[in-house]
Amino acid sequence: MLQNRGTRVLLLSLALLAIGLALMAYKWRVLGFPLMPERQSTVWTVEAAVHFDAGPGPIKLNLYIPGLTPGFAILDENFVSRGYGATPRYVSGGRELQWAKRRARGAQSLYYRAVVYRDPTRVEDDTTPPFPSRPVLAEPFGTAAAILVEEVGSRSADPASFTQELLKRLNRPERDENVDLLLGPAPDAVDIARTATTLLASALIPARLLRGLYLQDQQRNAQIVPWLMVHDGTRWLYFDPRSGEQGLPDNFLLWWSGPDNLVSIDGGRNLEVRFSVSSSVMDPLALAQRRSEAHLGPLAQLSLFALPIQTQAVYSVILLVPLGALVVAFLRNMIGVQTFGTFMLVLIALAFRETQLLWGILLFSLLVALGLGLRFYLERLHLLAVPRIGAVLTIVVMLMLAVSILSHRLELDPGLSVALFPMVILAMTIERMSIVWEERGAGDAVRQGVGSLLVAALCYLAMDLRWSRHLVFVFPESLLLILAAMLLIGRYTGYRLLELRRFREFLRLEQD
Amino acid sequence: MPGRVRRLRARGVLGINARNIEFVQRYNPRSRYPLVDDKLRTKRLALAAGIAVPELYGVMSTPHDTARLAELVAGRDAFVIKPAHGSGGDGILVIAGRPARREGQFRLLDGGQINEAELRFHATNIISGRYSLGGHRDQAIIEYCVQPDPVFAGVSDRGVPDVRVLVFRGYPVLAMLRLPTRESRGKANLHQGAIGVGIDLLTGCTTHAVHHDTAIDEHPDTGLPVSGLEVPHWSQLLELAAGCYELTGLGYLGVDLVLDRRHGPLILELNARPGLNIQIANRVGLRRRLARLAGAADDRPVAERLARLAERLG
Repeated sequence: MLQNRGTRVLLLSLALLAIGLALMAYKWRVLGFPLMPERQSTVWTVEAAVHFDAGPGPIKLNLYIPGLTPGFAILDENFVSRGYGATPRYVSGGRELQWAKRRARGAQSLYYRAVVYRDPTRVEDDTTPPFPSRPVLAEPFGTAAAILVEEVGSRSADPASFTQELLKRLNRPERDENVDLLLGPAPDAVDIARTATTLLASALIPARLLRGLYLQDQQRNAQIVPWLMVHDGTRWLYFDPRSGEQGLPDNFLLWWSGPDNLVSIDGGRNLEVRFSVSSSVMDPLALAQRRSEAHLGPLAQLSLFALPIQTQAVYSVILLVPLGALVVAFLRNMIGVQTFGTFMLVLIALAFRETQLLWGILLFSLLVALGLGLRFYLERLHLLAVPRIGAVLTIVVMLMLAVSILSHRLELDPGLSVALFPMVILAMTIERMSIVWEERGAGDAVRQGVGSLLVAALCYLAMDLRWSRHLVFVFPESLLLILAAMLLIGRYTGYRLLELRRFREFLRLEQD
Repeated sequence: MPGRVRRLRARGVLGINARNIEFVQRYNPRSRYPLVDDKLRTKRLALAAGIAVPELYGVMSTPHDTARLAELVAGRDAFVIKPAHGSGGDGILVIAGRPARREGQFRLLDGGQINEAELRFHATNIISGRYSLGGHRDQAIIEYCVQPDPVFAGVSDRGVPDVRVLVFRGYPVLAMLRLPTRESRGKANLHQGAIGVGIDLLTGCTTHAVHHDTAIDEHPDTGLPVSGLEVPHWSQLLELAAGCYELTGLGYLGVDLVLDRRHGPLILELNARPGLNIQIANRVGLRRRLARLAGAADDRPVAERLARLAERLG
């Protein structure tokens, strides 16, 4: 079967298509490269500012920093702490940053800053915890806890309903005496959550106190919010310790877990931590690029984005050329449009990108018409070929200059962009058009000229679509799709569209 | 539109893409192209094989050679200058004669005159590659100007009518008579406005005609009917055309022949990518005839092939 060229080409293009699509799908779904040009991604910058007065002796300050963050991924983090040694490390409650300094005086300010973005693929991947040991509480707390656990247990079916019932009891405005005893006077949300973990432990349900922030808009002084995490035997469940509602709000950024305080210090006083949150939009491309660095490591360097910006800009144009070539191949071999030259039309279309379409067509026609007129005069001088084409080229350059100066005087700015036309191509077009004009008549010459302009215009439109520009640049593997299409057109043996007109006599005769 | 495609297909009309992929690329080895793309080589090849071609008066390969032009055409009243690598009839200049009393002047087909300097300029243009396919340097050929057999005088305007025979693997499959018109300025190329008249391969009689892709029955200039004419020396023409298969090794070949008043049938040039209008002129789609011959190659001599022609065409 592989002997058959048609089948071989078909299989080859299918393979190219599959590889191209697979690579694109991977980059889109896994690495998060956007398929559409405009979508913007939001990133949040969360800053923890630690202020304190340096006390006697060396300073050692421990601050919890985000580690496991369900629903979010950390794009970047940094510590601003002049003169301090800073070491992040994993500890039982998550991650911790330790700042240390031998000597310091006066007010000190240390900053930790993290840039995070939403990443739904990140989940709490903690393993199933062991059953907690039953806490030993001094009397009368032990009895109060036992009674409460007993009562809540009788009104619930599973860890989830137990937790909800418990939180309902703890939050009830008119508290019964057991709850009152356990919570103490004027409890806040942290007290409630902390008491809940103790009581859940008494019921042999693993539970953790979480602390985090809501990421929303701009907050100068964001509050740490407690949350409750309960294991139901198969997975972790989240509860709002105040309302008892289950679930984790999707803008909740987990900062640390466990009963410990956010920050602890040796050698300092008047410790204060302030959180601020700000959101900003980020180019999704840059975000995806950072993410692919995280996913692929050094492989991510084998990317267009690893190139210098100027080179990238060059490639953003070069990558469009095959698309233009595809349009030309389609129009010539499937539609049957007649043109002067083939791929030089792509270069004319690239020039249209600078001049805009209407001006491009206008200026191109103007230059070719003027050049053609002068070319007919040159013909009468009987010149040798190379100097003659050179003369046409010189005339084209002079005409370009004239058009630029004139349009500048008339304050028609687009006329200036005529300088971006590929003049050698203009000269060759004029030369070939004049030959066709003489040998086959003006009709053929004009028809092919209009065909060329039409093809160049369609090329320009295809290459100028924001979407195609974005797609070939962000997914250069789309060139494999273009290659596949090219191969398929290369084996297209059906009629060209205009041949249906050309052979119309057959149809007319058939009807007679 | 899908209906049109279906109906054209039912008529067996061959399109350009299918011609290129299924026939030209498949049956014409690239290495043989130079034999037909270079008219000088074709001519020499034909002469070596004893096939009649218009006599070669001279070749000019450099602009300097054009100085010899007058010398090369000395004593010749009529002659043709053409590029060795031209395509589609471009660059062919026919000198029909010399005006009686004016030295160094040449008469064109349309009655106009040009002088020797202009003629040399045309040759220089040819040499510099103006009419050649890739713009490469070329050679200018000067050859005998065919004096057409008067049989077509009523149906052609000046110029030389020629016969195009499409030969597939040694068998003629379609033929047409190409008649110059006023519009085509003496040239026999259909896209320049000449008319194509289908020829019944077995009888040599003309059938229908096409002018610019449109079916016609009368010559647009003279108004005379173009069908029902008998092409003289028909079997000899077919024999010459079919023999070009052996000559070139090209399986899909267009052979252009002319009927000269004195020398009879001559081979003018060969074409490895012959056009498809021959189908309209004959009102016959090519596919069925080509399909019948697409089987095993057949190495019978020309005469035997032609004897079997009726049977092979179906």
